[in-house]
Amino acid sequence: MPSILAVDDSASMRQMVAFTLKGAGYDVVEAVDGEDALSKAKAGKFDLVVTDVNMPRKDGISLIKELRQLSGYQFIPMLMLTTESGTDKKMQGKAAGATGWIVKPFNPDQLLKTINKVLG
Amino acid sequence: MRSQAGNDAQFLAFVLGSEEYAVDILRVQEIRSWEPVSRIPNVNPYEKGVVNLRGAIVPIIDLRERFNLGHSEYTPVTVVVLHTRDDNGRQRVMGVVVDAVSDVVDVDTAAVQMTPDFGARVSTEYINGIVSVGERMVMLLDVDKLLKLDGGDDDQAH
Amino acid sequence: MTIDMAQFHQVFFEESFEGLDAMESGLLNLDMGDFDAEAINTIFRATHSIKGGSGTFGFTEVAEFTHVMEALLDEMRDGRRQVTQGAVEILLGSVDCLREMLTAIQSSQEIDSARVAEHKQALDRELDSGGVAGSVLANEPAFQRPGDASAVADTVVQGWRIAFSPHVHLLKTGNDPVRMFRELAELGELTVKVDFQGVPDFQQLDPEECHLSWDLQITGDISREQIDDVFDWVEEDCDLAVQQLTAQPGVEEKSEDTGQDRSEPAVQKLQAAEVASPPNNEEPASRRREQKPAAKKAPAKPAGSSSIRVDTEKIDNLINMVGELVITQSMLSLVGEQFSINRMDQLKSGLAQLERHTRELQESVMNIRMLPINFVFTRFPRLVHDLSAKMGKKIILEMTGEQTEVDKTVIELISDPLVHLVRNSLDHGIEMPEQRLAAGKPETGRITLNAYHRGGNIVIEVCDDGRGLDKEKLLAKAIEKGLVEDNIPMTDQQVFELIFMPGFSTAEQLSDISGRGVGMDVVRKNIQTLGGNIEIQSEQGRGSVFAIHLPLTLAILDGQSIAVGDETYIVPLVSIIESINVSEDMVNRVAGKGETFRLREEYLPIIRMHEIFGVENVRAKKLCEGLVVVVEGQGVRCGLFIDDLLSQQQVVIKSLEANFRRVEGVSGATILGDGSVALILDIPGLVRLSNQQAAKAQQSYAETA
Repeated sequence: MPSILAVDDSASMRQMVAFTLKGAGYDVVEAVDGEDALSKAKAGKFDLVVTDVNMPRKDGISLIKELRQLSGYQFIPMLMLTTESGTDKKMQGKAAGATGWIVKPFNPDQLLKTINKVLG
Repeated sequence: MRSQAGNDAQFLAFVLGSEEYAVDILRVQEIRSWEPVSRIPNVNPYEKGVVNLRGAIVPIIDLRERFNLGHSEYTPVTVVVLHTRDDNGRQRVMGVVVDAVSDVVDVDTAAVQMTPDFGARVSTEYINGIVSVGERMVMLLDVDKLLKLDGGDDDQAH
Repeated sequence: MTIDMAQFHQVFFEESFEGLDAMESGLLNLDMGDFDAEAINTIFRATHSIKGGSGTFGFTEVAEFTHVMEALLDEMRDGRRQVTQGAVEILLGSVDCLREMLTAIQSSQEIDSARVAEHKQALDRELDSGGVAGSVLANEPAFQRPGDASAVADTVVQGWRIAFSPHVHLLKTGNDPVRMFRELAELGELTVKVDFQGVPDFQQLDPEECHLSWDLQITGDISREQIDDVFDWVEEDCDLAVQQLTAQPGVEEKSEDTGQDRSEPAVQKLQAAEVASPPNNEEPASRRREQKPAAKKAPAKPAGSSSIRVDTEKIDNLINMVGELVITQSMLSLVGEQFSINRMDQLKSGLAQLERHTRELQESVMNIRMLPINFVFTRFPRLVHDLSAKMGKKIILEMTGEQTEVDKTVIELISDPLVHLVRNSLDHGIEMPEQRLAAGKPETGRITLNAYHRGGNIVIEVCDDGRGLDKEKLLAKAIEKGLVEDNIPMTDQQVFELIFMPGFSTAEQLSDISGRGVGMDVVRKNIQTLGGNIEIQSEQGRGSVFAIHLPLTLAILDGQSIAVGDETYIVPLVSIIESINVSEDMVNRVAGKGETFRLREEYLPIIRMHEIFGVENVRAKKLCEGLVVVVEGQGVRCGLFIDDLLSQQQVVIKSLEANFRRVEGVSGATILGDGSVALILDIPGLVRLSNQQAAKAQQSYAETA
């Protein structure tokens, strides 16, 4: 089963994402911020990264940018969790190498649908 | 058997020397036999020390000594009556050493006489009244006053 | 797949309340003129997280409210808006409002909509005023409801023709054209034509680049928005032309136009979504959300449930201990199964190990309940800020020892008394700025909160540099109220204590700051309930210190048990420096001043434990027969003369005051392994006791001489 790195500094969001994805059978590793995610990405191998944007200790956009430099992460899908207000953020994220985004608020079904789509 | 009269109260009577005293039974938590205490330094001689009562540190006072009735040796039949006292909403427990527990008496509160100055050896300060039980005269003790500690009580900040 | 979102609510509330605290302290710091972008960003981030979470978990009112706050903060963060005192006050008020909203939701109660509306209006007014053109955020709808992403627009057509030419870097964004085509194929019948023209020669071909383009035709009952959805992520990474297949041939819609559809009324879209969404998706979160919170099936735990946030390090520690305990246990049971007398040593060492692990485990468990006093302190900057503004006073709040740990129960119960004391200092202690200037003091008053451990106690001090207690006035008041009799001599301390008497209030008139019907008598009672006490030091014109002493009821102490006659006492291991045999020739005796002995370059007083504690059956009467333990407490060193050192052990500190009273020289009691009680020595108290007794001895010596 594909493995997913879920990054969010908000515990409730992170748990919701992880729980949903695990329920769908994915292997999920959680990271609490960009730095944490980067070190976990280096230590492991993931088929998809889902990250919050606004985080302390490296935001989601910097994370994506740095991940794209790592071998094994050039082509995998990376999704940002962003709010509607983050139009700029979407563009910045794209520039950094994000595959796409999931707009907050979202429900588990929407999340799964999007994830299934990119991993399909 | 409980009496039918509404203003009856039950008291636990105990013996100190040749006199009989009683306390409101609702204020008695339990009765234990004497066991050695850990002494507390620089307190009144009648404050014998503290014991471990299921994890709580409980002081034991000797009522004979408190009332200046002399000291008697502690034996395995010496009794400690554990009293509770409400101190501004907080319950305090204290053990009182007496010679022996004699009875549980029903007292009609209306029949309690105010303390006459009849020569009880205990200062009337601690006595709420006197009641006759058959042939015996029993002095009702005011637990709160009795247990209020001398020398820097809890109300004193240090 | 249905997931019960309620399971994440508790975590959401916890982190939101933490976020609110962070916002509050951030805002209070901004207030002090400490402007920096990172500070505002921290506040922004907390707001943003609450907004994201509340939207996701269906707390629409919260999401909408935070959206406006976020808009304001966003402008501040970008420097488009000045950080004004007014705006900060409004944001602080909003933090309160938000906290109330979350508390209401958490306890399944109705949100006070009027109050929310009031705060929201204030935020809106602030946004409108002094706002800067181009506040994109504020004009956006708060949120599209979940479900919108798959919403279907009203225009339905026969099909679409799509010219899709990805830019060369498309693959490096993790987007895969094949995936998009698959998605399109789910919408309707898809035909795909590939255009190889752009592909370079094989020699120049970079396999990581995309040089293909496609001509796609899709037929079916498909909306433009569904098409746009598929290409949403790659809009910027490709050239895209979408054309309706029927009705209006030749009319090309540019992909840039897609934004328009989004601004349609949400309700309309929602209806569309509900009709169109597949059966497994039939209950979007938005619908559930519309139910009143009270109608929720299983409300989360009631508010104020007694959960505790524990440092993961503490838990890891605990897990390690348990692991070791299990190993020891299995080792012991192995010894037990095949026991013979020659395995005695193994048994003994196993038991010793078991003892150690049990002790460590106990310590770790106790440690879990210990929280830094900071949990209580954090509310004070806000309190001081608000109240001083209200009273027109200038006050700085300082806090030290925030990391001092105390039991959770103490944390919970000490909060109210402390608030009262701080209010009291603000209200009665610190003077108005002009009064302070007139008295030759700095205009800005200072309130200090200190916390530290002393013996088995935590001490929390509330200090102010205000006017101090007026003894004359206190006494006059007490006499007037008939609380004390006239002409009875009283010490300063006794006069100060008067303020703890029920029905006593020093302010000429009750203010709404501290005169809320709760008196200092209640404060003291609450502290006493915790087995503590409160002391006052005060100097008129200079200020007051209210010191709360609380026992760490569950605290554990490393103790050295010592023998004095038949009695056993515990000395805190931290206060022991060394133990030595003292010979007579090391000792100096000064009349009336007791004995001292020379230890290296220092002369230390000797405290004969059996003398100051009146112990009988002492074995060692002469110094050479016993042992001197050199101890230190609060900077005072002395030698305790005892019979012997016994074992070292960890002891659980129990209060002697709970059922008895404070005893000088004793900080508490503990229960030994045999069930008996041993008193724990308080070194500074012993020194005081020894000095008192020496003074008495000297006095009687002087009298008899």
